[in-house]
Amino acid sequence: MKQWEVVIGIETHVQLSTRAKIFSGSSTAFGAAPNLQANAVDVALPGVLPVLNKGAVACAIRFGLAVGGEVAPRSVFARKNYFYPDLPKGYQISQYELPVVRGGSLPIQVGENEKTISLTRAHLEEDAGKSLHEGLGAAAQGRSGIDLNRAGTPLLEIVTEPDMRSAAEAVAYARALHALVRWIGICDGNMQEGSFRCDANVSVRPAGESRLGTRREIKNLNSFRFMQQAIDYEVRWQIATIEDGGCIEQATVLFDPASGETRAMRSKEDAHDYRYFPDPDLLPLVIDRQWIEQVRADLPELPAARRERLMTDGGLSAYDARVLTASLDLANYYEATVAAAGTENAKACANWVMVDLAARLNREDREIGESPISATQLGGLIARIADGTISTNMARKVFDELCSGGHGASADEIIARQGLQQISDSGALTALVDELLAANPGMVAEFRSGKEKAFNALVGQVMKATRGQANPQRVSELLRQKLG
Amino acid sequence: MAPVRGCGGKNFYDTLYGSLVYHLSDFVTMSLTLEQVHRIAHLARIEIDEIEARRTLDQLNGIFGLIETMQAVDTQGIEPMAHAQELAQRLRPDCVTEDDQRAWRAAFQAIAPEAEAGLYLVPKVIE
Repeated sequence: MKQWEVVIGIETHVQLSTRAKIFSGSSTAFGAAPNLQANAVDVALPGVLPVLNKGAVACAIRFGLAVGGEVAPRSVFARKNYFYPDLPKGYQISQYELPVVRGGSLPIQVGENEKTISLTRAHLEEDAGKSLHEGLGAAAQGRSGIDLNRAGTPLLEIVTEPDMRSAAEAVAYARALHALVRWIGICDGNMQEGSFRCDANVSVRPAGESRLGTRREIKNLNSFRFMQQAIDYEVRWQIATIEDGGCIEQATVLFDPASGETRAMRSKEDAHDYRYFPDPDLLPLVIDRQWIEQVRADLPELPAARRERLMTDGGLSAYDARVLTASLDLANYYEATVAAAGTENAKACANWVMVDLAARLNREDREIGESPISATQLGGLIARIADGTISTNMARKVFDELCSGGHGASADEIIARQGLQQISDSGALTALVDELLAANPGMVAEFRSGKEKAFNALVGQVMKATRGQANPQRVSELLRQKLG
Repeated sequence: MAPVRGCGGKNFYDTLYGSLVYHLSDFVTMSLTLEQVHRIAHLARIEIDEIEARRTLDQLNGIFGLIETMQAVDTQGIEPMAHAQELAQRLRPDCVTEDDQRAWRAAFQAIAPEAEAGLYLVPKVIE
């Protein structure tokens, strides 16, 4: 059978986290009653003029710098003309020939393999409104309802080169981009609310062929799982179609999660004739060096640099560093924990954050920003394990206590209040061990006859007698001394 | 969507003149055909009859005439401008300036053909 190569390029619409719309003073907040965030500019009354939101431009600059792209000193807004009821002007203000960001790249990881995805461009544009076809009143039979609250919400459209070779790579790219735009604070990343939407351009070609096959564009993928399913289906469909002697026609397709299939939306010959031209209502956007440098100074340390530093400073593995830099909040939490626990305990901090805390957050369906235990509290707890004040088992109790007790108490306070300090004092432990050996001659005899199990049972007895507070390592040492 | 007479006013002429003038170099002969006028009218969802189409064709070709004259100027090495004025876009601070829009919505929907429960109603569109 013939070998096929899959080629994927992705366009992502990222809703920018500005307060106001890109060309008007309406709010961008999600969830308002219909058309209460749609002013004269947004509904496109005759005679209104767009005025560009500086905050949206700043987001685009942040992104350009974060991906190592070129922030254009001069870019131009263009009209993309098409007719649809949720686009009241009859055109979308976008950028065409001169986008605000050119080039750049994003590293991705699939399994053990690293790869860099090249970006073509990123441009600013406005979002359209929403059409509602269901749930309308009886008076609205046979009608669609138009809500223009979303019209004019700033978008950054980020376009890749056709660099991805599998659905897994496409998903890894989408995840990396999603993490980055949240990391640099330009998008809330809420996919349910449509803040991050991907279109995947998918084609296949015989392995070794250098020309690209005809692509079909899967629109509006708003979950990573759907992206994987949609591309997998699309690739199988394209290969089957070609192997059956058919050929692929360029089309826009939608993914139906219910059936798991993609289907063509429209293939009108003029669907892509957008007749772009520079918008005479807007002057060229000029971004000077000073502004770029200002934004650069404001940018947080980027994920890749952060990962490197966590590995060098804390001695973390590449895997741990990657997990802990999944979001800026998580990375900051981890570093605050280390600051409280001491750098020598970095690895222990990583484990507590990635295992115990992660499990707790997962169970309670919380984000790291809503952690029931502060980084200072957790760091304080880890320091007490490290210096032998409490055992790891006891620490889990204190951890639960801290999680349920709000952010008031410190680990030290709970340890003192509940008397959870580990007993490491040799004098106290020696007395206990002596007592136990005298009371359990049977076990002692068993141990002497070579049964290692009996030794563990004796340690268990001491732990039980101290309600778990004895330092198990000290107890073992003492027992070996006495029995040896 | 069927072409609607009288709809899309601003868009019609912007589209027609804006895109045509901008894409002048696409028209090698520097003149349009009636077919092209109809196609653009269709893309702008404007219904025009034969008489209007011919009149528009004449007007547009007239504009092409003016442009042809300008084409004689040597523009070698001159960077094209995106706007007639050599100015940069002024920016607005990221502030919400129109908060409570209930009165505006009522005013806009009073002149809309149909509205219901805060939504503008249009003939059903579904892909």
